[in-house]
Amino acid sequence: MAKVGSNTGNQTAERVYSYYPGCSQLATAEEYDVSARLVSRKLGIELRELEDWICCGASAAHSTDHWLSLALPAHTLKQAEEAGLPLAVPCAMCFSRLKFALHELENKETRDIVSHIIEKELSTAVAVEPMLKILADESLPIPVVKPLSGLKVACYYGCLLVRPPEVVKFDNAENPQTMERLMQRLGAEPINWGLKTACCGAGVAFPRLDVVLKLSYRLLSLIKASGADCVAVACPMCHANLDMYQKDMKAKFGEKLDLPVLYFTQLMGLALGFSPKELLLNKHITNPLPMLRKKELI
Amino acid sequence: MSRIGVFICHCGTNIGGVVNVPEVVEAARHMPLVAFADENKYTCSEVGQSSIRNAIAEHKLDRVVIASCSPRMHENTFRRTVTAAGINPYLLEMANLREHCSWVHSDARDATSKAIDLVRMAVSKVARHEALFPKQIGLTKRALVIGGGVTGIQAALDIAASGHEVVLVEKEPSIGGRMAQLDKTFPTLDCSACILTPKMVDVAQHPKITLLSYSEIVDVRGFVGNFEVDILRKAKLVDYEKCTGCGLCWQACPEKIPSEFNLGLGHRTAIYIPFAQAVPNKPVIDIANCRYENYRRWKETEEGEEPPQCRICEGVCPTEAIDRTQQDEIITEKFGAIVVTTGFKTFDYSVYGEYGGGRYPNVITSLQLERLMSAAGPTEGEVLRPSDGTHPKSVVFIQCVGSRDDKVNRPYCSKVCCMYTAKHAIMLKEHDPEVQCYVFYIDIRAGGKDFEEFARRAQDETGALYLRGRVSQIYQQGDKLMVLGEDSLMGRPVEITADLVVLATGMEPSENAAEIAQTLNISYNTYNFLIEAHPKLRPVETQTDGIFVAGAAVGPRDIPECVAHGSAAAVKAVALLSQDSLTTDPLISVVDPMKCVGCFACKEVCPFNAIEEQVTRDGRTISSINESVCKGCGLCVVACRPGAINLRGFTNQQLLSEVLTLVGR
Ligand SMILES: Cc1cc2nc3c(=O)[nH]c(=O)nc-3n(C[C@H](O)[C@H](O)[C@H](O)COP(=O)(O)OP(=O)(O)OC[C@H]3O[C@@H](n4cnc5c(N)ncnc54)[C@H](O)[C@@H]3O)c2cc1C
Repeated sequence: MAKVGSNTGNQTAERVYSYYPGCSQLATAEEYDVSARLVSRKLGIELRELEDWICCGASAAHSTDHWLSLALPAHTLKQAEEAGLPLAVPCAMCFSRLKFALHELENKETRDIVSHIIEKELSTAVAVEPMLKILADESLPIPVVKPLSGLKVACYYGCLLVRPPEVVKFDNAENPQTMERLMQRLGAEPINWGLKTACCGAGVAFPRLDVVLKLSYRLLSLIKASGADCVAVACPMCHANLDMYQKDMKAKFGEKLDLPVLYFTQLMGLALGFSPKELLLNKHITNPLPMLRKKELI
Repeated sequence: MSRIGVFICHCGTNIGGVVNVPEVVEAARHMPLVAFADENKYTCSEVGQSSIRNAIAEHKLDRVVIASCSPRMHENTFRRTVTAAGINPYLLEMANLREHCSWVHSDARDATSKAIDLVRMAVSKVARHEALFPKQIGLTKRALVIGGGVTGIQAALDIAASGHEVVLVEKEPSIGGRMAQLDKTFPTLDCSACILTPKMVDVAQHPKITLLSYSEIVDVRGFVGNFEVDILRKAKLVDYEKCTGCGLCWQACPEKIPSEFNLGLGHRTAIYIPFAQAVPNKPVIDIANCRYENYRRWKETEEGEEPPQCRICEGVCPTEAIDRTQQDEIITEKFGAIVVTTGFKTFDYSVYGEYGGGRYPNVITSLQLERLMSAAGPTEGEVLRPSDGTHPKSVVFIQCVGSRDDKVNRPYCSKVCCMYTAKHAIMLKEHDPEVQCYVFYIDIRAGGKDFEEFARRAQDETGALYLRGRVSQIYQQGDKLMVLGEDSLMGRPVEITADLVVLATGMEPSENAAEIAQTLNISYNTYNFLIEAHPKLRPVETQTDGIFVAGAAVGPRDIPECVAHGSAAAVKAVALLSQDSLTTDPLISVVDPMKCVGCFACKEVCPFNAIEEQVTRDGRTISSINESVCKGCGLCVVACRPGAINLRGFTNQQLLSEVLTLVGR
């Protein structure tokens, strides 16, 4: 007897996500948003932007008011819950805030209070996933047209994407490998280095630029010494700190770094054949184009 | 008709200060079957005891109630007292007027009336007591020691010195344990091998000791004085009768395998002794890694490429001692006592991702450093970096790796690490005066004879910089290790450029500690450390009679403690083996064969495996209690649905009479 409606096994499963760009991705990190959308489409992933998403609260809310820091992401989580799809989040900071909120909402009492604040009944039945995890999924074929051969990449995760492990439940907190494996699949050569999940100083960027310079310089000088051509990041804060202040670091520490800092989605985009323009590679302060040209990748 | 005597104790003011003793005595005089009642200032004193003996004779008493302190305190004393006056010791009952009454009550009137109730209950119970008699059982005068580290060695030597036979079972090819891996020992810095090796040789040469190396225990049956143990003797493929330990074979063997003894820092061959002073000084063939054994495995299927045949060892052996026909073998031996000294292993630090989790070759453990410092070690005593063989000049020590850390489920202190790290700092400076040591610590725990002075020496004389705080991250920068941490005394972050990082990994029980404990039916804690019968008063005994524990298998301990406990366990074993027969306590369960239905609910609940199956003459399978194993805990009595089991001295009838007396029926 023929099986009615059985799966032929040939179809690739449909990958549809709700999408939460987050504020940075509309401004300083526009290139992250743009490249993430381009790459996703190419890989057959549909991103449906939530209609009424709001700021996650990021660093400001949780350092001022606990309930505010839960209510802001809860508003977005509620929409994702209603949409009934897993939520894709590019920004590591947004991801962290949403995950924290979900974690806290596991507690019934907390959930009741937050539901009361946002005037909507919350559940915790929503999956929040970082863009990196979605795009690096090894069951998802990547039709590489331009392998990133010879490109040595330092993968930098920053502190929020993998921490705290019991909240984010993503990769290893001290020595994650997701981005490295992805870079290998693109034909690039991830370098081995020891500060992949160390802090760049974003939390004190405004009051203590000196701390940012010190911490970020430690990262970049180690990367430089390890022989990498560029840095791949998955966080707009990390990107800003590492990309923007290389001149100041030179002034302070005397080392000329000139290390392009790219979103991992931009590197994916290159391998998938998108042009530097489409990927907004011209938006970075430390210009990656000369290096990419030298490597004959553009 | 019974004639019961009741003796009420004042216990100084302990009881008398609250309970009105004369009133209790007066009440007792009117209780059924009581022929005599009196009071004493201190019943346990010689005066008190002789007054009891006199009263028994004078008033022809045949049962006695003593109302004083807890029976845990003086029941045995008073059993001897009544025995001396000709009464069976089990025709005595105690009422606890101290712990159960005067100490916990302040109202004199209530306390006195409760005391009267307690005495009344004891009187009604003792009226139903029966005379009981202990039994004698034989024993095997031979001890088994499991684990040949310094603890097991000490225990075996001490038992043997008392003239009893000992079998020492060690799972590795040589005895010696962790101490054999150490270079020097704190706080006197004497050479570990120099003080241990003679003891190892003594074990090998002692006529009363049989050493079974490369062996493990697989099953244990029986009970105190009469254990039957199955021992697995792993195939060595070397005939120890023929082998002279000349060493030609292991010098010729072409296979190189990372040495377990050197913790991966050097190599050994496939036919090997783990270290030069090994006891026995005869090799074993590592069957998994031997080329010819590999060929033999291939030969069975002939699948894949044909591997080389080798057999070089057989060629060079002058006594034809290689015996490829040897098989694993299980032997069964009888013992009267067992001493468990299975020791410890060090915490696997790979869970600490922030320390590199095993990624950085120049992050090593303290035990590895011991091997590097040892003149007999892989670098012949030169401390060289594993990555490039250079001399480290800046060395960072991190304490409490897998100790005092809830995050990795090791909240306990491993006790020896503060001291051995101080030792390492001192020794490194001696090896190379240019070395600068840094020690990250939580507290310095140097409680022990000469320990504090020793730890101070590391700081004051060798200039080791002690930093109180944790390390947050180690990363490799070029050929250096960058160590980021906190100096919590100065309240600031620190950053140290190091050539070598040494992790003081904590102590945890040997791999199969829990398995061994289950086989022996002794307890172990959540970390698999063995549990002693009483942590203070019975430190080497277990709840299972005849099984003793000692050394680092019980908890983190240094060598002096291990040796002391090894000797202590030996004394306990010897005390047992020196008896000609064992006396069993009659206060145990008995099964009424007529009532038992053979459901064996009792067997399920018995924590001591004392219940055996027995077939009656009319063909029914019923429970029977092994009198040498039963502890009289009473669990089976409760589990027995037909009420076929009774606990002697606490029979259902006796207990019920107490209750009925209390409720006034
Ligand atoms: C780095 C380091 C440095 C140290 N330095 C010092 C020091 O300077 N001074 C000091 O006093 N202490 C020191 N110690 C502590 C010392 O090593 C221990 O106190 C001591 O070795 C414990 O002896 P043990 O016999 O109880 O256990 P172990 O030495 O572990 O011996 C146990 C033995 O039992 C065997 N065994 C295990 N399971 C079985 C089984 N199932 N069947 C048969 N055999 C089995 C093992 O193979 C081993 O031979 C140090 C420890 C470390 C880690």
